[in-house]
Amino acid sequence: MKDETILQLNHVDRVYEADGISVQALSDVNLKVKRGEFISFIGSSGCGKTTTLRLIAGLDQPQGGKIFLDGEEIKGTDPRRGYVFQQGALFNWLTVEDNIAAGLKARHVYQKNRHRIQEYIDMTGLSGFEKAYPHQISGGMAQRVAIARALINDPEILLLDEPMGALDSFTRANLQDQLLELQKKNNATMILVTHDVDEAIYLSDRIVIMTPRPGKIAQIIDVDIPKPRQRGGTEFLMLRRRLLEKFDLASADPQPEYTI
Amino acid sequence: MKKGKYPVAVILTISGYILAAVLNLLIPQFAHIKTKSYRLFIIMVDRNEFYRGILLLLAVAFFILGLISRKDEKSNGRYVKNAPLQFVLGCGLFLWDFLGTKTQIFVQPFFPGPAQILESFLQEGGFIFSNTLYSLRLYLFGFLLGAAFGIGTGILIGWFPKVYYWVHPVLHITGIIPAVAWMPFALTLIPTAFWATVFLIVICVWFPVASVTAQGIAGTPKVLFEAARTLGGNTAYQLFHVAIPNALPQIFSGLSTANAFAFTTLVMAEMMGQPGGLGYYINLAKVWSSYYKVFAAILIMAILFSVITEVLNQIQSRVLRWQKGLLKTEDEG
Repeated sequence: MKDETILQLNHVDRVYEADGISVQALSDVNLKVKRGEFISFIGSSGCGKTTTLRLIAGLDQPQGGKIFLDGEEIKGTDPRRGYVFQQGALFNWLTVEDNIAAGLKARHVYQKNRHRIQEYIDMTGLSGFEKAYPHQISGGMAQRVAIARALINDPEILLLDEPMGALDSFTRANLQDQLLELQKKNNATMILVTHDVDEAIYLSDRIVIMTPRPGKIAQIIDVDIPKPRQRGGTEFLMLRRRLLEKFDLASADPQPEYTI
Repeated sequence: MKKGKYPVAVILTISGYILAAVLNLLIPQFAHIKTKSYRLFIIMVDRNEFYRGILLLLAVAFFILGLISRKDEKSNGRYVKNAPLQFVLGCGLFLWDFLGTKTQIFVQPFFPGPAQILESFLQEGGFIFSNTLYSLRLYLFGFLLGAAFGIGTGILIGWFPKVYYWVHPVLHITGIIPAVAWMPFALTLIPTAFWATVFLIVICVWFPVASVTAQGIAGTPKVLFEAARTLGGNTAYQLFHVAIPNALPQIFSGLSTANAFAFTTLVMAEMMGQPGGLGYYINLAKVWSSYYKVFAAILIMAILFSVITEVLNQIQSRVLRWQKGLLKTEDEG
């Protein structure tokens, strides 16, 4: 089961037209994702990583190429592909539990599944906040609501668009651990878009490095460090250095500082 | 709160009204006017006795409110805060009584005292009551129909770009015209005066509600629709569970604006051609220079419109309870 391909991107192209100028957002993107895998897309702004995620979600259509989930071509949005937005995109007028239940109601399966709501509230550590409204909870909790809201639909694949971008580093580390736990529990396939190299290494089975103009996949790196990983462990740091070099961010030698 | 402060607040609150009642009893009428007595249920009262009765009723009511509020931290704080205001209000009533009724220093009959105004209720309370009901009925028909049409068209305009293109300019122009400007047409084209006025209120409610509703629907963040789509929400879900809830704060702000317009339109329309209503009553009283009756009608309007506005506010804070704490609201709860 582990090696079964769940998602496949074949020669995907996407061009945006803005004010008469066309921008090649994605050019010939090819990727196979295995069931249960955790994939991260990293790259600088404008490299097309969010565009790729939106295409997989069906929020946007490719102009060339095809995307398949379980051998079925993706034409539009589907609750089988859950999506977690950058800022959570919670419904402000619904309580935490109603936000989580939103997908059940949207799919008209609320009555059959309402008993599962509490399970997802507990799983994401939101107990005690069932009746709170989004503006009453912290950013980290809001993202956990967004994740629970997507997971309750039993998605075959969870797409995460920089869900931790706006969080402080402690909340972020916490949420990363919870994400890994959720993945293990649900055996879900997850694709994460991030700016954060450490986050990508900590979470991913494979890291897809993308480069801009035109947005394309530059390299795919396997992360062979066994989970749970040690932040700042030797292998972790070596991979980190390797990745940063790819982005020309690592200086050749640490420059010693002298003070007189 | 310091112990012993609360009883002082209760005494302060009711003492203004009691003072006004006592002075009304003690100070004689300067001009010798014989006051008429009226039958009130089973007793005969003249206007001064009736006025004193009302004052004492207020004092008793505030005393009981004081007892009830004693236990609750929040309402007892509010009670203490309002005590000086209540006292000054009572003193103000006394001054008004003194200048308006007792000494008639105020120009008569234009500025009658409180007892004279209350006399209208003794004279024709039933008639005032039936006119109040008539106004209320006009208002309810007009406002509810107008709100329904307004929210309906607002949703259509906000949701369908085509409808926006064709209907919004019409709304934009007609929305500026005060509804009463249509009165000549309304009165000639619509067979009954009642429905003519309902029509005017509908118009004055419809447009502001429709335009803010449309704004609220159209201004829904795109990401919320996308979230709904990825959760499996179809178009109906996106409209009824995303766009409309998102527009509700604007819809309510439109309703409260429209509410104020509706009061204005209601009273003006009643004054210009209705067989009933508080506006009609004012007109009737004016013809006979019974200005105390005009004030009585104004008093009823103040109460009626405050109650209606309060009901609307209550519905709003109930429906928009998720906003609580998000926006600054005057005293929570």
